[in-house]
Amino acid sequence: MADFFGQFNYWVVVLLMMAGLYIVIASANLVKKLIGLSVFQASVFILYITFGKVSGGAPPILSPELEVYSNPLPHVLILTAIVVGVATTAVGLALIVRIHEAYGSTDEDEIDQMDDADDYPARK
Amino acid sequence: MDLSAQLPALIVIAPLLAAPLCVLVGNPRLAWGVALLTSVFCFAAALGLLQMLQHVDVLSYSMGGWAPPLGIELRIDALGALLLLLLGGSSVVVTLFALRSVEHEVALERQALFYTALMLVLAGLIGITVTGDIFNIFVFLEISSLSTYALISLGRDRRALFASFRYLVMGTIGATFILIGIGFMYVMTGTLNLQDLAERLPAVADTRAIRAAFAFLTIGLGLKAAMFPLHIWLPNAYAYSPSVVSAFLASTATKVAIYVLVRVLLSLYGAHFSLGELPFDKLLLVLGSVGIVAGSLVAIFQSNVKRMLAYSSIAQVGYILLAIGLASQPGFTAALLHLFNHAIIKGSLFLALGVVSFRFTGAKLADMAGLGKTMPWTMAAFVVGGLSLIGVPATAGFISKWYLVIALIDASLWPLAILVLFGSLLAVVYIGRVIEVAYYRQPARDLPRKQIPITMVGSLWLLTLGNVYFGLNTEFSLGLVSLAVSSLMGVGV
Repeated sequence: MADFFGQFNYWVVVLLMMAGLYIVIASANLVKKLIGLSVFQASVFILYITFGKVSGGAPPILSPELEVYSNPLPHVLILTAIVVGVATTAVGLALIVRIHEAYGSTDEDEIDQMDDADDYPARK
Repeated sequence: MDLSAQLPALIVIAPLLAAPLCVLVGNPRLAWGVALLTSVFCFAAALGLLQMLQHVDVLSYSMGGWAPPLGIELRIDALGALLLLLLGGSSVVVTLFALRSVEHEVALERQALFYTALMLVLAGLIGITVTGDIFNIFVFLEISSLSTYALISLGRDRRALFASFRYLVMGTIGATFILIGIGFMYVMTGTLNLQDLAERLPAVADTRAIRAAFAFLTIGLGLKAAMFPLHIWLPNAYAYSPSVVSAFLASTATKVAIYVLVRVLLSLYGAHFSLGELPFDKLLLVLGSVGIVAGSLVAIFQSNVKRMLAYSSIAQVGYILLAIGLASQPGFTAALLHLFNHAIIKGSLFLALGVVSFRFTGAKLADMAGLGKTMPWTMAAFVVGGLSLIGVPATAGFISKWYLVIALIDASLWPLAILVLFGSLLAVVYIGRVIEVAYYRQPARDLPRKQIPITMVGSLWLLTLGNVYFGLNTEFSLGLVSLAVSSLMGVGV
């Protein structure tokens, strides 16, 4: 049980990761897909931030009284990844707006049907 | 300070700076000029770096003067130089072609932004190639991917938008997988520098975290490289993006992903671990073979010629992965040769279709009836590219398939050698369909003659002649590839 709570963060990461991926795969709504993608990415952010924690370590600000610090590098890395994540979400949302303008729908199944109708007009 | 010593950094910085410059000038023609100049500079810089590699095995550049492994290192060896030449060369040819093609296919107010995105893709891909830091690879990968999504969505067909969104979702999952893999490796080794990682990995190789990292990295890169079951994003993305983008992506984007895969497999984990201890070599053999057959078979039934070429690309990626799966020196040589040659082949084929779409809207097979008579030069280039794709002697495609078959026989994998030849036969069928329609059918209606701009025909024939040149004279491509393979094997095994 102590093991479970000792690795609490990692359990959260796994849960979020699976939930995010599931939403991406299972949801037909494009906006929901993008939300799932963001949740999935956020889980990785938490994973990195958890990596950086050193038990008993202080925040990495140099001070004469302290000897053990947390590792700041994963935090810096993930700052970059967060920026990338924001950019991805922005591009994705912009695409959804354009898709909505062009198809009048944000539902994957409906869009697939419209594409099929374009590809094989005879079947209609 | 000598400028040539700064080349490894400049080759990334130039396109990165050119991108905002294209936005600032605003005028499409000026933006095109900026993009062309930058591409020419990158190509020249790649040649310069290759020249410098004559004297040393590896060029190492410490970014900002911070010494590796703590600082970020740019590292270029023969394999990197090969990729840089490919990137610079395709960029020059494709940008030359883009002038009129983009005017025709992209709305006026988006043309300058088109070149911005193109330069960002170039910067990202070059960055991946030169960097010696694994986190940098992730960042550059995302720079190129995000701009790629924007470029694909500029296609005229509304399906381009949905293709782009689908690629965004799958590409982001792939990139995030790579990020997880990097994180695991960092935790286990405490370093991000590729050289340093390769030295520290063997000590912890037998842990679950490193094996998991390997799985995450290979799946992520497999997605980006369109490895067979992970290829779903590719056909529509290539089919509906502007012609210039299809040509550029087909000859560079998947190639760079394969380059990173090769780096991870051979330089980082070492062939012994990745292709021996873990059964990834067998997986590559199986997935490569299935990719060849499935990609080629689906290509035969496409009515959109661009989509047909996209499926053919999946088959060609299959050949490269199959060759890597052999885990032998002849196998790696065949893989890298095909990587180089296929870039030229698919570039020329997609550019030929670009000329066709300049005349019609899209590249439907039915539209191409009688084009052999009305557009003789374009179709002649398509035929040369097609023959090269099939692997007819005196073309680039023949050389790489020859080496692949020899490597397969070397490993006494006869059934797979026959499968490769069967794949070529399937290529005869799908290229043959286009040739049949173009040469043996009458044009459906009288079309007004439309002058094809010299920049388009010129750049198309530049690549077509490259197809023939690298088929007849293999000294350059083979020499560089063997150099790259020996440096890879030296580090890895």
